[in-house]
Amino acid sequence: MMDQALRWRSFLRLHATPFVLSLLLIIIVLVAAIAQNSSLDRTIVDLLIRVVFVVGLYIFVGNSGVVSFGHAAFMMIGAYATAWQDCCSMVKSFFMPALPKLMLETTVPPPIATVTSGLFAALIGLLVGAAIMRLSGIGASIATFAVLVVFNVVYSNWESLTSGTSTMTGIPAFTDHWVALIAAVAAIFIAYLYKISRFGLMLRTSREDEVAAKASGVNVVLQRLIAFVLSAFFAGLAGGLYAHFLGTITVAAFYLDLTFITLAMLVIGGINSLSGAVIGVISISALIEVLRQLERGIDIGFTTIAVPGGTQEIGLGVAMVLILIFRQRGITGNQEITWPFSRFMDKPGNALATFRARRLAQLVCSQRSSPSSAVGRRRHLSRVTKQGGVP
Amino acid sequence: MNSALQFLIDALSVGSLYALAALGVGLVFGVLRLVNFAYGDFITVGSYALIVPSASITAIVFIGNWPWPLLVIASAAIVVIVALICEYLVFRPLRQAPPAVLMIASFGVGYIIQNAIITIYTARPKAIGIWPGLTEAVAIGDLRVPGLQLVTIVVALGLLALLILFLKKSPFGVQMRAAAEDFQMARMLGVRANTVIGTAFVISAFLAAIVSLLFLCQVGVVSFHMGTQLMLIAFIATVIGGMGSLVGAVVGGYTIGIVGTLLQVLLPENVRTFRDAFVFAAVIIILLARPQGLVVTRAARERV
Repeated sequence: MMDQALRWRSFLRLHATPFVLSLLLIIIVLVAAIAQNSSLDRTIVDLLIRVVFVVGLYIFVGNSGVVSFGHAAFMMIGAYATAWQDCCSMVKSFFMPALPKLMLETTVPPPIATVTSGLFAALIGLLVGAAIMRLSGIGASIATFAVLVVFNVVYSNWESLTSGTSTMTGIPAFTDHWVALIAAVAAIFIAYLYKISRFGLMLRTSREDEVAAKASGVNVVLQRLIAFVLSAFFAGLAGGLYAHFLGTITVAAFYLDLTFITLAMLVIGGINSLSGAVIGVISISALIEVLRQLERGIDIGFTTIAVPGGTQEIGLGVAMVLILIFRQRGITGNQEITWPFSRFMDKPGNALATFRARRLAQLVCSQRSSPSSAVGRRRHLSRVTKQGGVP
Repeated sequence: MNSALQFLIDALSVGSLYALAALGVGLVFGVLRLVNFAYGDFITVGSYALIVPSASITAIVFIGNWPWPLLVIASAAIVVIVALICEYLVFRPLRQAPPAVLMIASFGVGYIIQNAIITIYTARPKAIGIWPGLTEAVAIGDLRVPGLQLVTIVVALGLLALLILFLKKSPFGVQMRAAAEDFQMARMLGVRANTVIGTAFVISAFLAAIVSLLFLCQVGVVSFHMGTQLMLIAFIATVIGGMGSLVGAVVGGYTIGIVGTLLQVLLPENVRTFRDAFVFAAVIIILLARPQGLVVTRAARERV
């Protein structure tokens, strides 16, 4: 009995990250649910959809080390796939005359449509990824960017399927904060499971040293492809949620702005950690919201103080640059969040085991910085050894 | 015959513009490994430098009315100052940061510049006509081409020649090439990091100003996002040309110019709106065929 409890506790301690992150999101949603403020509620749903997207982005970018500019395209694919399935049954043939007859006549229930949209994006991700995952480094990044442009051009010009650049309306509202919360928590847990799985570990080896990984028998292309398809699924899922949230979609919403703001969230949070993805979304969203409120003006008794227009954008840019300058490895420093109270729960006799478990967790989860030069590597080594850690 | 010549001039003039922009991106990437997303906004600044800062609907042209040598110098000086400020405030503290962080920081810088422009000048595009004489057609044989296209080609070739001379002959140029090859080693042999990076930013900003003026002359309108598309194409050109290779950047720029123009001519009417999709699909194919780029430098070859 005692033994069982202990085992559970050490399990939770080792794998606290997804639980802590989910708890964080649950608290945010509960605050929104209690506040009953519709504008706050919309912000929260927006935030949760972003979490799904950025966590998806992290699955590929964080583990493979290849920066992807293409995920906005998968979100777009997901959003339009949703529209194809359950948009506006009456005028469907008017908006999308080129759809197959079967799809024109059926209207899929929103929950199923959301998931199938993710699956459709994953399928496209599989086809695209099979071609471009052979590339590494900046070449792969440019290829993903080319994918973004190709899909953007195709979707803005294929009038009979996407109604072109004009807005598509009439998608049923389905995403509220509970639905978005479930999706975000699912994304976090799956991303975590992927990270601690052997596939995640193999992909991270290739991130640290591609040649050594290949020499150790890792099929780098296959591992990248697995992560790419998984992350395309969550990008597509985010697209489906987004379409069901706003009810209207346009191609322009899924282009450079979305690409860069989500990448910025990931990098600012800490590109190599799941916690970084979630914390990045929360902090940047909070920053945007605060600046937006400031721009709208704050009532202090008899007068309203508002900062001049344009402050929101410039302030966001300045804050992003400052965070990057002062925390080059992101807010989380590329570490995972662990259970904050474990020190109080430790029993004296158990300290060593806890230490070992935590060290193991760090070894599995943490990202080792790899300076490119010999001097940097030696400096890094000596620094790490001084701290008594494992290099 | 005529249409072939016309095609050649079209392709070369578009390619020249891309090649100049790609050189600007490639120079900074070579020494700093910085993918500079703010470069597009440097280009934008080059054009906005010509008008008086104001929120008025019509452009109040100030520097834009000066005689052309002064105009070019003034515009370039302003872009250079902006670039050096960015380098000093943002890129210098981040020199040891991972490439992804540098990239996002440069995006942040671009975002700040872009929104500063919107705040000062408003988001409305403004018409500016500089050098109206250039848009007139010039007759070559029985072919009439816009003079601007010829000027673009000549300016690009001239600047390329100057740059090659600078990189091969001047001590700064030699130091820059050394730094691009192996930055650590160059520093150990006495190359000053700040000087080299500063020079790279100055030349890169100067090229941005030239690209900006040529582009403005072509479209006649300034807008806050005019540089974005050029920057992205320049960035792609440097990658397919071979990252870190300046020759590669030029080759990449001309390749994209030629592929784009070729597709414009060859594609049937009803799929021509999809042209950019084909151009970028071609980019993917080039990358897959030659992952190291069209021109492979010694430094870029992977060492184990």
